Amino acid sequence: MNEPILEIKNLHAGVEGKQILKGVNLTINAGEVHAVMGPNGSGKSTLAAVLAGREGYEVTAGDVLYCGKNLLELDPDERAREGVFLAFQYPVEIPGVNTTYFMKAALNEIRKHKGEPELDAMEFLSLVKEKMKILHLPEDFLKRSVNDGFSGGEKKRNEIFQMAVLEPKLAVLDETDSGLDIDALKVVSAGVNKLKRTDNAQLVITHYQRLLNYIVPDFVHVLFDGRIVRSGGKELALELEEKGYDGIVSRELQPA
Amino acid sequence: MIEIATKEVVKPTDPYVEQFERWIEPSAGQNPSWLFPIRKAGLARFAELGFPTLKDEDWRFTNVAPIAKLPFKPIFHGRFDGVTNDALNKLAFASLPGSRLVFVNGHFMKELSTIRSLPDGVKVSSLGAALASDAGLLEKHLGRYVQTDTNAFAALNTAFFSDGAFIYVPAGKVVAEPIQLIFVSTARDAGATAHPRNLIIAEGGAQLRVIESYAALADAPYFTNTVTELVAGEGAAIEHLKFQDESLAAFHLGTLQAQFERACHVNLHSFALGGRLSRYDIRTKLAGAGLECILNGLYLTKGDQLADHHMVVEHAAPQCASHEYFNGILDDRSRGVFHGRILVQPIAQKTDAKQTNRNILLSDEATADTKPQLEIYADDVKCTHGATIGQLNEDAIFYLRARGIPLETARQMLIHAFAGEIIDRVKCAPVREELDKLVWERLEANPHLTEKK
Repeated sequence: MNEPILEIKNLHAGVEGKQILKGVNLTINAGEVHAVMGPNGSGKSTLAAVLAGREGYEVTAGDVLYCGKNLLELDPDERAREGVFLAFQYPVEIPGVNTTYFMKAALNEIRKHKGEPELDAMEFLSLVKEKMKILHLPEDFLKRSVNDGFSGGEKKRNEIFQMAVLEPKLAVLDETDSGLDIDALKVVSAGVNKLKRTDNAQLVITHYQRLLNYIVPDFVHVLFDGRIVRSGGKELALELEEKGYDGIVSRELQPA
Repeated sequence: MIEIATKEVVKPTDPYVEQFERWIEPSAGQNPSWLFPIRKAGLARFAELGFPTLKDEDWRFTNVAPIAKLPFKPIFHGRFDGVTNDALNKLAFASLPGSRLVFVNGHFMKELSTIRSLPDGVKVSSLGAALASDAGLLEKHLGRYVQTDTNAFAALNTAFFSDGAFIYVPAGKVVAEPIQLIFVSTARDAGATAHPRNLIIAEGGAQLRVIESYAALADAPYFTNTVTELVAGEGAAIEHLKFQDESLAAFHLGTLQAQFERACHVNLHSFALGGRLSRYDIRTKLAGAGLECILNGLYLTKGDQLADHHMVVEHAAPQCASHEYFNGILDDRSRGVFHGRILVQPIAQKTDAKQTNRNILLSDEATADTKPQLEIYADDVKCTHGATIGQLNEDAIFYLRARGIPLETARQMLIHAFAGEIIDRVKCAPVREELDKLVWERLEANPHLTEKK
């Protein structure tokens, strides 16, 4: 059996005093792709935010181990340097910060952390040109400010491009499919699939089954009211598509 | 026994009148003859207006009482006072090609200045020399634009100015390299005052870039009170940049009075880094149709500094665009003031006026006052304004950190970007590159930049 990359144990977390996650348990091993599906308000984005270390989210109980280490005590940037990557649902526009400058700084922080030599401008460029082709990104993209004035599709492709450059051990994709048309969805999914390896893992968070036609998960979990209420193989996503969340989640779990 | 003390009421402007009578009056008969009445009117207007107070709407946030309290010591004579080429080479933009005029305490220093070969008919000289050689041209323009009726300090400058720069570019001529006007202060006395006065005329289709910079080689509560009149003719392309890096003990008040004609393109920049108290009045009259002007500025303050930008953009012709972008980065107990008045006259249909003022406070004690003022008398116009005061964008910081960039570096990147947005609008590449380096060095020297707030 492969070593576990992420172990979430009885995770309780909330924001502004409101309890949102009410005991999440989930283990992801190297080489696996897991999907967490759930309706609005089930806690999907809170789970992503807690894993990435966003401020304002409070963990009230439970543990999260990343490669055996306590993830929750690390700062967001330490987590990233350790190999955790969050593809944002809403990537932030940062006018005035050049994409090349930003990505080179990020990659070199991670390389430094791993004890690898930093890349110079030329080495960096030759690396990213390859990855840009995979994501069908325009030539001028590197010269632009981070996400500044990008279309919804460009922003999402940029997230996966960053993932391709930074090569995380654990990638958390937070509703990467939202706002994408079918062509963009195919490009983004193909990008994600190319990054799948035996020594890394992906956690795909989504509302809709549609994305899972392209990124095929090994396991599907249904998040409902802050708990994982069903787990299964990829066929669970299809069942969900057919029956809806109401049909999957047993009556006693649903709010009155 | 009763002792009756008689005490004359002394107005704060009295010492200025006395100095004028003592030093300027005796030169009344000197050529050109039209100049003295202009000076005299300026003095009368200053005495009448007096020093503005906080009750004056245009000076609500900027208290000039410390200037009024200074002894008034106008510097009437020019001398090198230790300013050498070596010293000048350490100042900003020293490596730029092109002509440079150097003024020490407001007086032209020929030996330190360089005038390169210029296209036919282009005149670049000291104002003092031009009063002798181009009296006709000066009579037509000097003091014809500046609004001394409402601007006490411009009136004071008009009464007392001794020198400055004169630049004249005739129709269709292009001056490719930027012309630098360098004003250096060496004053060590409180109240030592220089009154630089510049006149810049670009006729129809002319192209010109001017950098007006103020620097200090000494630290004292001296006072620089400057006026620049700028005229852009039809279809002219002008870039004017003011770089204010006075002593942190000094007071700097400056007015740029500009008049723009049809279809010209003007970029006005202000970089305010120095001065205990500084104020830049930019008053532009968009007098011809279909022109475009950009007013762009960055102020960095720390300690007890106050930097004030006071803009009046008058749309007096149809189909003109004016875009104002001002960013402030404020630290310690310092203050930033921005007042942007947009006046759209009834004739100015299809006006496109835009104004933004953004401020980042690096300390809890820093303050920013921002006041947009729109007066619109035409009905078919597009006017927008927006102002922000706050800390760095937390979402952007998180995004950068989520990619592995440490908090301190993330904050630096965002502040650099905030300043860079303004610097990027400078069109002249070598000037832009130098500003980027220089502003960043100042910011990096700031310990608060990387602190978590």
